[in-house]
Amino acid sequence: MSEFLQLVFSGLTVGAIYALIALGFTLIYNASDVINFAQGDFVMIGGMATVFLMSAGLALPVAAFIAVVASVGVGLLLHRLAIEPARGASPVTLIMITIGASIFIKGVAQIVFDKQFHSLPAFSGDTPIPVGGATLLPQSLWVLGTTLGLVVALYLFLEHTLSGKALLATAANRLAARLVGINVTLILAMAFGLSAAIGALAGVVATPITLTRYDIGTLFALKGFAAAMLGGMGNPVGAVVGGLLIGLLETFGAGYVSSTYKDAVAFLMILFVLFFLPRGLFGGRSVERV
Amino acid sequence: MAATATLARVLRARFTPLIVLAALMVLVPVLAPSSFHLRVAALVWIFALAALGLTILMGYAGQVSLGHAGFVGIGAYAVAIGPARLGLDPLLCLVLGAVLAGAIAYGVGRPILKLKGYYLAIATLGFGVIVALVLHSEAEITGGPDGMAVSRLSLFGWRVTGALNWYWVTSGALLIGALLALNIAASPTGRALRALHDSEVAAAGTGIDVGAKKLAAFVVAAVYGAVAGGLLAAMNGLITPEAARFSHSIELVAMVIIGGLGSVFGTVVGAAFLVVLPQMLTALQEYEQAVLGLLIMVFMIFLPQGIVPSIRAYFLERLP
Repeated sequence: MSEFLQLVFSGLTVGAIYALIALGFTLIYNASDVINFAQGDFVMIGGMATVFLMSAGLALPVAAFIAVVASVGVGLLLHRLAIEPARGASPVTLIMITIGASIFIKGVAQIVFDKQFHSLPAFSGDTPIPVGGATLLPQSLWVLGTTLGLVVALYLFLEHTLSGKALLATAANRLAARLVGINVTLILAMAFGLSAAIGALAGVVATPITLTRYDIGTLFALKGFAAAMLGGMGNPVGAVVGGLLIGLLETFGAGYVSSTYKDAVAFLMILFVLFFLPRGLFGGRSVERV
Repeated sequence: MAATATLARVLRARFTPLIVLAALMVLVPVLAPSSFHLRVAALVWIFALAALGLTILMGYAGQVSLGHAGFVGIGAYAVAIGPARLGLDPLLCLVLGAVLAGAIAYGVGRPILKLKGYYLAIATLGFGVIVALVLHSEAEITGGPDGMAVSRLSLFGWRVTGALNWYWVTSGALLIGALLALNIAASPTGRALRALHDSEVAAAGTGIDVGAKKLAAFVVAAVYGAVAGGLLAAMNGLITPEAARFSHSIELVAMVIIGGLGSVFGTVVGAAFLVVLPQMLTALQEYEQAVLGLLIMVFMIFLPQGIVPSIRAYFLERLP
């Protein structure tokens, strides 16, 4: 039982990070139909920039804040310089641009930072908290708390502010949104900025657990994309549930099946779910028109 | 006037890409005879062959695969494992690898090709990740992360060695692959694939067996990937699980899109772009990756249709 609980704790922690990345995918996909493969690199920027700013003598909150702002800057530049000029291009072309952007960001990161693994000290110490025979690291609480906070904040933003509702309107129908006077370009930029901020925050809280390096974004993008698809692309609730599920599947796969095949367990489960629900857990029914 | 009309006809002709490709293949050893250049060119032909499978699957049929490198890995390891562990002939293993990849594609494709768009992308991605993991982890058979040595290929008693010989073998393989791809495009199956690319419902309405045609494209794509993987393993004399990794699948997709989705010659250009460019950029040392990413973005922003279709359209617009 205590082993089970332990696996639940670590699964939820990893899953919460995937959930945040999947939320980033969802925001940009909803606003622009683009799968942003540079999403994982925002996580890297958040972690790496915090590490280097802290080693330059800044306190953690200040370093983290600057890192998130820097990541938002990168997200806005990505939209302004790469996505906006290619407006009207096919989705595969746009995805290719984000893949190019991801390679570019990794290339710049290995010059600006370095090629080593880095970590951050845990925010509230390393003393494990005993819970029901298992233990919970304080940093896991930071990850879970940040995820919960961001999900609630995003919900409030989307449902209760004018900008949030404009984003939802753009996601539902871009032409109609433009007709009622919504500045769609601005909304797209906002989606990229928000995604970058969420990714960077995930990077800051995850780095004490996962470590970080210039190329860690690929792995995060892969898992975040898988989580978004498992939940049903474009559905924020699906993204969070998908992220948590993949974290749990991976951890239970590693604990009860084989640690080398934990990714295989997760992906086999995704294939299994898609076999019965071809549009993910929360994707709704598929309708095709001629 | 007659000259421009001829040019327009040449640009539209079906086998023009094949003739241009063959001419290039003869020219490369004349212009760049060093074994380094020939080896890079042979790599371009091999990756183009693997990417041609994706051209049929993505370009003709409109079905995304983010796990194509999995089939490259299966073909490569068939040529590595067969001779080393079972004592089989390497050429036979190349064929067996292609058959195996086709059979696996048939088995995997049946359930997952029901998925659409990004859902198909994640399912194929999962397949590729699982193949790479197996190759990585079953060290007793595959040699694990260090990979394994591959015995020399011999074609009917002729042992293929040296950069120039490998250059001709890979050229021949790509020419055959390109000819088949062009023929598929012009066949009833090719037309059916393009019809279901535009609308599956409309295609089914005209009597096309959508599921069977998609599955056929998936199996053919897998065979292309496996043959290319087998050639890659035999030419390098060494294979590691890197061949099947996720980022390699992405590279193959990038070749198809950068060159021009659905264009056979574009696929070769895309493969050349992503194989030759990193070789040229090594002089930039630590800036290599940044410049590569930047160039991919610039090409996709300014030539969103891909290099070859954009250039072709430019000329056709200005000709009668």
